[in-house]
Amino acid sequence: MRFVDEYRDAGRAQALAADIAARCEPGRQYTFMEVCGGHTHTIYKHGLEDHLPEAVTLVHGPGCPVCVIPMGRVDDAIHIARQPDVIMTSFGDMMRVPGGTGSFLDAKAAGADIRMVYSPLDALKIARANPDRRVVFMAIGFETTAPSTAVTVLRAAAEGLENFSVFCNHVMIIPAIKAILDSPDLRLDGFIGPGHVSAVIGCEPYEFIARDYGKPLVVAGFEPLDILQSVHMLLGQLADGRSEVENQYARVVPWHGNRVALAAIGEVMRLRPHFEWRGLGFISHSALGMAEEYAAFDAERVFDLPGLRVADPKSCQCGEVLKGVLKPWECKVFGTACTPETPIGTCMVSSEGACAAYYNFGRFSRERVREASRA
Amino acid sequence: MCLGIPGELVGVVDDHPDLAMVDVSGVRRRINVGLLADEDLSVGDWVLVHVGFALSKISDSEAQAVLDYLEGLGQPYADELDALRESDIT
Amino acid sequence: MNREQQVLDRIERARRRKPVVREERITLAHGAGGKATHTLIEAVFLEAFRNPLLAPLEDGATLHLASRGDGEAHRLVSGEDGEAHRLAAVGDGGARWLGQPAHGGGRVAFTTDSFVVSPLFFPGGDIGDLAVNGTVNDLAMCGARPRYLSAAFILEEGFPVADLRRIAASMAAAAMAAGVAIVTGDTKVVQRGKADGCYITTTGVGVVERPVTLSASGARPGDAVIVSGPIGEHGAAIMLARGDFDIEAPIASDTAPLHDLVSALLDAAPQQVRTLRDATRGGVATILNEVAVASEVAVVVEEAAVPVGPEVTGVCELLGLDPLYVACEGRFVAVVDGACADRAVAAMRAHPLGADATVIGTVRDDPPGLVLLRTAIGGTRIVDVLVGDPLPRIC
Repeated sequence: MRFVDEYRDAGRAQALAADIAARCEPGRQYTFMEVCGGHTHTIYKHGLEDHLPEAVTLVHGPGCPVCVIPMGRVDDAIHIARQPDVIMTSFGDMMRVPGGTGSFLDAKAAGADIRMVYSPLDALKIARANPDRRVVFMAIGFETTAPSTAVTVLRAAAEGLENFSVFCNHVMIIPAIKAILDSPDLRLDGFIGPGHVSAVIGCEPYEFIARDYGKPLVVAGFEPLDILQSVHMLLGQLADGRSEVENQYARVVPWHGNRVALAAIGEVMRLRPHFEWRGLGFISHSALGMAEEYAAFDAERVFDLPGLRVADPKSCQCGEVLKGVLKPWECKVFGTACTPETPIGTCMVSSEGACAAYYNFGRFSRERVREASRA
Repeated sequence: MCLGIPGELVGVVDDHPDLAMVDVSGVRRRINVGLLADEDLSVGDWVLVHVGFALSKISDSEAQAVLDYLEGLGQPYADELDALRESDIT
Repeated sequence: MNREQQVLDRIERARRRKPVVREERITLAHGAGGKATHTLIEAVFLEAFRNPLLAPLEDGATLHLASRGDGEAHRLVSGEDGEAHRLAAVGDGGARWLGQPAHGGGRVAFTTDSFVVSPLFFPGGDIGDLAVNGTVNDLAMCGARPRYLSAAFILEEGFPVADLRRIAASMAAAAMAAGVAIVTGDTKVVQRGKADGCYITTTGVGVVERPVTLSASGARPGDAVIVSGPIGEHGAAIMLARGDFDIEAPIASDTAPLHDLVSALLDAAPQQVRTLRDATRGGVATILNEVAVASEVAVVVEEAAVPVGPEVTGVCELLGLDPLYVACEGRFVAVVDGACADRAVAAMRAHPLGADATVIGTVRDDPPGLVLLRTAIGGTRIVDVLVGDPLPRIC
């Protein structure tokens, strides 16, 4: 596959790994946060940590838009799905996320018409094909996905569709990073920045991190070599005493972002005054809702939602894991009450959640696994 | 937020200027290219595909730049490996 | 008039009379057991599966299974069995009958499987193909030569008879290609809204003619893990056929009968094959985990060696799926003595269904019970057991 395979080359990975090790100052520990869940997934999937020296630790951040949806919002979505004439459409990521009363999969088993789609455009297609049903799209994701939802709503408006609405749960990356930066528990040396969010918002929004907090940030692609190169660049900055925003993913990310995408968001959506993030609490101006002009496509106005705030189970420590304060195995219920089969929190449900990724190593330490495969 | 895959534009869709046919490793899907209205897209261009939309046009030159950078990096290491392989202290 | 002549006469009369199903759709009457049922069976199933063992339409078929070496046949009557036999459950629910039948001789393999796939028709085949090949393959994984199948249908009220004919025709063709006969069956009809159109259960019987012992617990350190061909085709084809993703790809289900390929492998390495498992639901990863746990060994897979077609790769990348977990219906995993891996692969590659057979990994002793993947870039990760269905993701 072009633009993919070249960035998975073993020889280049080894060369890069050697250079990374060479760049580490003897005796110094480096902690970098990779904000984006997609990076967590790549690191785990390719066993990238094997290419990093002991001195470098990667901490997983809150960039998992599924992980940060509060249980109450999942309940609201299920409430909508249970209406007899509703077809709820959703990405696969949401299907197993537990709300207060179960997940989408549970609701589907109980008879709700919930369908998995790959694109919001597929949901639109279902709406056109079922004029007597109300079709709702569960919109999740950061700024990467918000433009797609926005364009879909614009199309629905242009076609005069009256049976389509969006349950908007889009969240924004900068407020999440700010919450991390302002968190007292964390000591980070730099950030691996989210590649696809940046394709929309560009690299400029991160400049305050380098300038005001003195932390370097490298916007990274999602292939193994992209992440390794980004670590290499971060170490380079630290060695030079620089703190800047750099773009490793320039083949996809334009420095100024995607004007058309940002305009679509601006037209269809509005900033919510505040929004609750699972594990991080209420953050102001951190999420998107539907603009007034598009109220007809806003599921929150079309349907009467319970809108209840459901507290996380007392035992759940997803918040600290999301902030990178706790490693998954440091969570009290990791691997015991909370497992992939019986997840308590979203870090365990989502395929890119830190806990789901680490669960596989719960039985044997990384060291032993590495030895065994080398033997 | 994250799953974006490079795909090649292989065709237009009649009557729908904001749609195009993209090919990912032999798999085809109609996608919306409306977000790239500012770019001059043509068949043969590569784009990043995310949930049925083209999010960004992939720059060939920037893609090569990464590989060149890595190539340059690797040379001392590869030389070292060669030297190791060739030396024989027995 | 002897028995055989009676049977042949009956077939002749049946053919001449040619019963006709006038309805376009299945009704509850077709399941009631009376005339409508009878007409359905004769007009659809007997017509398609035509063979002397099925034609009498008794409650069960009486079979003669030849055993190897001693020239004696044992008789297997489906349904009742007064003798006590030890049953060893092996592999995919295929059981080898280890007891001492009255006339001594070889072993019988016995298996059952249900097919509830949706959609019923998809690129590469339909539920009928799966129903025959799936059970044939379970028998093949026991090292048996498949001989006879039963087929039980649960039909939804309103199901088009034309579709049923299509399915029956597929089953007949698949049975012929596999060298098995469908000798007994059942039909039930349930109310509209249940049964998703058509469910099929097939039970199969075969003869283990070789002295092989195949088991998931037979893997040993040093063994090689071989896969018979490119993975993930069936699962990908089904996912696309469900139509939710608006993706066009030339991917067809890989459903196929594997016993011939298995024979080729066993001929080349008669004593050195430890385990055979066909990779159905849960894909290759699930099989490897079963072996690792049952044998208490580690299975180490080289990612670069796993054969995946470019279109399956494309679909998996687009939807965020891992091909190792995507179902196949015509591929198997073999664990063989490492010393004869090359010979085994060569023998498989000489067969059309094994053209892309390849070694994908090895068995180690540590860490026991785990499947490890050495990734293309040289890292390592664990390939864990699947939790639920693999779901497409956008993150």
